[in-house]
Amino acid sequence: MSFWNTIAKRVGYGLLLLVAVLVLNFILISIAPGDIADTIAGDMGGADAEVMEEIRVRYGLDQPFYVQLWRYMSRVAVLDLGYSYFFNTPVTTLILEKLPATLLLVFSAQILAVIVGTFLGVVAAKKPNGIVSLTVTFLSLFGFAAPVFWTGILLIILFVSIFPLFPVAGMIDVTVEGGFFVRALDVLHHLILPMVTLASIFLALYSRLARASMLEVLGADYVRTARAKGLPQRTVLYKHALRNALGPVVTVAGLQFSAVISGAVVVETVFSWPGLGTLALQSILARDTPTIMGILFFSSLVVVVFNILTDATLRLIDPRIKTG
Amino acid sequence: MTDHAAPALKVQHPLTEMAAMFFQNRSAVAGLALLISILLFTFVGPYLYPTDPFEMVWTPLSFPGEEGFLLGTDYLGRDILAAMMAGGQVSMAIGLAAAVISVVIGVSVGAFAGYYGGVVEEALMRFTEFFQVLPTLLFSMVIVALFGASLLTVTLAIGVVSWTAVARVTRSEFLRIRELEYVSAARSGSARDGYLIFRVILPNALPPIIVQANLMVGSAILFEAALSFLGLSDPNIMSWGQVIGSNRPYILDAGFAVAIPGFAIFLTVLAISLIGDGLNDALNPKLRQR
Amino acid sequence: MERAPLLSVTDVVVDFKTRHGNARVLDQVSLAVESGEILGIVGESGCGKSMTALSIMGLVPDPPGKVTSGSIKLGDRELVGMDQEGLRRIRGKDIGMIFQEPMTSLNPVFTVGEQIAESLRQHENASPKAAMAKAVDMLRAVEIPEAEARAKAYPHQLSGGMRQRVMIAMALACGPKVLIADEPTTALDATVQAQIFDLLQDLQQETGTAIVLITHDMGAIAELADRVVVMYAGRVVESGSVRDVLSRPRHPYTKGLIACVPHLEEEPGPVRKELLEIPGVVPALTDLGAGCAFAPRCGEVMPKCRQQKPVLTEAGDTQCVACWAVHEPAAAS
Repeated sequence: MSFWNTIAKRVGYGLLLLVAVLVLNFILISIAPGDIADTIAGDMGGADAEVMEEIRVRYGLDQPFYVQLWRYMSRVAVLDLGYSYFFNTPVTTLILEKLPATLLLVFSAQILAVIVGTFLGVVAAKKPNGIVSLTVTFLSLFGFAAPVFWTGILLIILFVSIFPLFPVAGMIDVTVEGGFFVRALDVLHHLILPMVTLASIFLALYSRLARASMLEVLGADYVRTARAKGLPQRTVLYKHALRNALGPVVTVAGLQFSAVISGAVVVETVFSWPGLGTLALQSILARDTPTIMGILFFSSLVVVVFNILTDATLRLIDPRIKTG
Repeated sequence: MTDHAAPALKVQHPLTEMAAMFFQNRSAVAGLALLISILLFTFVGPYLYPTDPFEMVWTPLSFPGEEGFLLGTDYLGRDILAAMMAGGQVSMAIGLAAAVISVVIGVSVGAFAGYYGGVVEEALMRFTEFFQVLPTLLFSMVIVALFGASLLTVTLAIGVVSWTAVARVTRSEFLRIRELEYVSAARSGSARDGYLIFRVILPNALPPIIVQANLMVGSAILFEAALSFLGLSDPNIMSWGQVIGSNRPYILDAGFAVAIPGFAIFLTVLAISLIGDGLNDALNPKLRQR
Repeated sequence: MERAPLLSVTDVVVDFKTRHGNARVLDQVSLAVESGEILGIVGESGCGKSMTALSIMGLVPDPPGKVTSGSIKLGDRELVGMDQEGLRRIRGKDIGMIFQEPMTSLNPVFTVGEQIAESLRQHENASPKAAMAKAVDMLRAVEIPEAEARAKAYPHQLSGGMRQRVMIAMALACGPKVLIADEPTTALDATVQAQIFDLLQDLQQETGTAIVLITHDMGAIAELADRVVVMYAGRVVESGSVRDVLSRPRHPYTKGLIACVPHLEEEPGPVRKELLEIPGVVPALTDLGAGCAFAPRCGEVMPKCRQQKPVLTEAGDTQCVACWAVHEPAAAS
């Protein structure tokens, strides 16, 4: 099967998963105590049974389950996720506004974790009993055991009271003026701490994985062949061995995207990063159900897209993978 | 075969052998010692230090050591040491209960998928994949938001979203063991499916499931802490995450009120994962020999 | 034999640290390769023939292994104790090597053309384009059809025989003086084996490259090699011209090896059968006693064999042998 056929199959499967997410969303809303009528009535400061009934008819709540579900799905198909009464904005607009910040955080943290983790793993694999190896072992214990918000708060304390190098809240400094480049640099400056915090959880996992994977690859026959060809040590390590060791790391990193988004929710809250996580928390505290459901849907969409991208990357790294 | 000579050899009970291997592992023993100390602290501590964790006892946010309050006071002037003890009980109870839920779901899904194969396996594994696509924390936030924050909903919300890893491990173990001779023999006989799944295969599939379940307790504790930190927990119940969440606005004046419970969580999960590594080393060599 | 040999290995000792103590993997191994000849090294697996090759390449895994003493000279350059950078310049350039497992010895994620071109860029400073053109030429030289298209293929798209041809092309790309072939056909089908041997022989005649052919197959030695070195338990037990050693083997182990090849004398063609068993097993290298390592399996064993190691001594025009039964037959009585 060709590259594009396989990718097309993955996209179709991803769409199915998203439909399943929508069904789940809908079921959750239906079985949760209270409905939109209650919410609206609550906002109006109470309403009698007649008005409630009117609202239910207007929102189609009197229809059978499958009709409601079908209407819900057809609306989502044109990216209409409903209206947020709390923010007074369509949910889709609200989410699209916050999505870039979350994508920036999630993607940069993943990239940082994969690159630094792989590098640590390679260095550790060169000397399986050396100091870097020990660090990797220690890091992986720390990364699993340390609550991410705790790491973030410790970093805030460190960088506010001791080394005031990086801003600890928000994404932009409104007092900064200048062209695109200056403002991009400002965002990057704000990004550092949240990115490092989020990456710390996954860095541990990837470095441990890269170390194990490299140790295995370094014993392979083709690495011996590369040495017998008289290639320099760094070519042997970073070209011949690493390219083969990268597969498992990328595979696992791809599976971690939904966990990274979960982590981002917490990290955004800690650093007041204006993304989907912050929005999710606000809408949950405000009982703004359409927004919450919209966020759950969009974040699943992001995971599906990233999974497809990971799959494509794996195929580029390893020509042996033919079919999914 | 020289099996006849077996009585001459000193044969250890497998459990004794595993325990011996576990106790040879220094970091696993350290983890066990750490966990026992934490359990003593949270469950025996309150008898030695009977202070109500909800009672205001001193000036809010006073530094550890002041006026005899070893770990200081929180933003309401409550004794953090007492809160650590009470909160530990809740955090660990939720962690354990949520882990039990996720292990029950995960083992069921994995066992049926691995045992029956075919369409059943396909459907169950797609179901598992579906749960892997949902960002777990967001999903459990949604559950808590829709059904209210109580001890029960929080525990359920954690358990319901964290079973996928257990399901995968269980399935692959079942796939492997299903093909072994003694299972095929029992299968071709008249043994019922339920008997085969729970009495024949499951006991042999346990070692990696136990390792995974142990790690689940750790991640459930972390999960509860994250939810509490976000303010999605029962405010009337003290847990470590709750202490962190409620004191978060004051981190710049009183970082200790957040750092201390965070450290407690860190130590607990660290102890659990050290034990997990030890269990893995003790249980898995057995697996390969079989 | 007057001039200095192209490659000479003298009294090389390699030790491995293992959990069960020190293992002397190579013990006083000496051999010489003249330019343009094919030298066979033969013995059972674990006898040290592959380790001899790795020590020449400077690729003894360290730790746990180490060249403890001895000398390996390429022309007048001493390789033992040379720094890694110096060895690196020699590997792939002056000495090429092909391995037993063509399935796993090629890197799965690079095209075969790239893997050949890489050596050329490294050692001859060739431009990427020139290196790739030369790589295609090399593929042609090892008789791979449609070389240009095959250069763009990944190893998993080629058959085992093709892959071994690629390995040979890779090893010969920089025109080495010596080619070490470590069991080059063991993993291949019988018909492909014969093709690879023919190819090696042709290439050797064209380029004049000396070949060190490591094998457990006396038939291959008989057909291809000019001289042969027989190894057992890390020591050279017999050496000499192939004609002399095969027609008048002196060491009981060599006799055993030859006896295991059916009809070698009658039919010197490509008859390559697996070795029949010589009774007993190769001893563990950690607990070699004071005597001859072959003594426990030897049919001609004498009391002295169990007490003292025999030394490799001349026994004929071209032959050397390490056996008390040859040197001191009187001790038998």
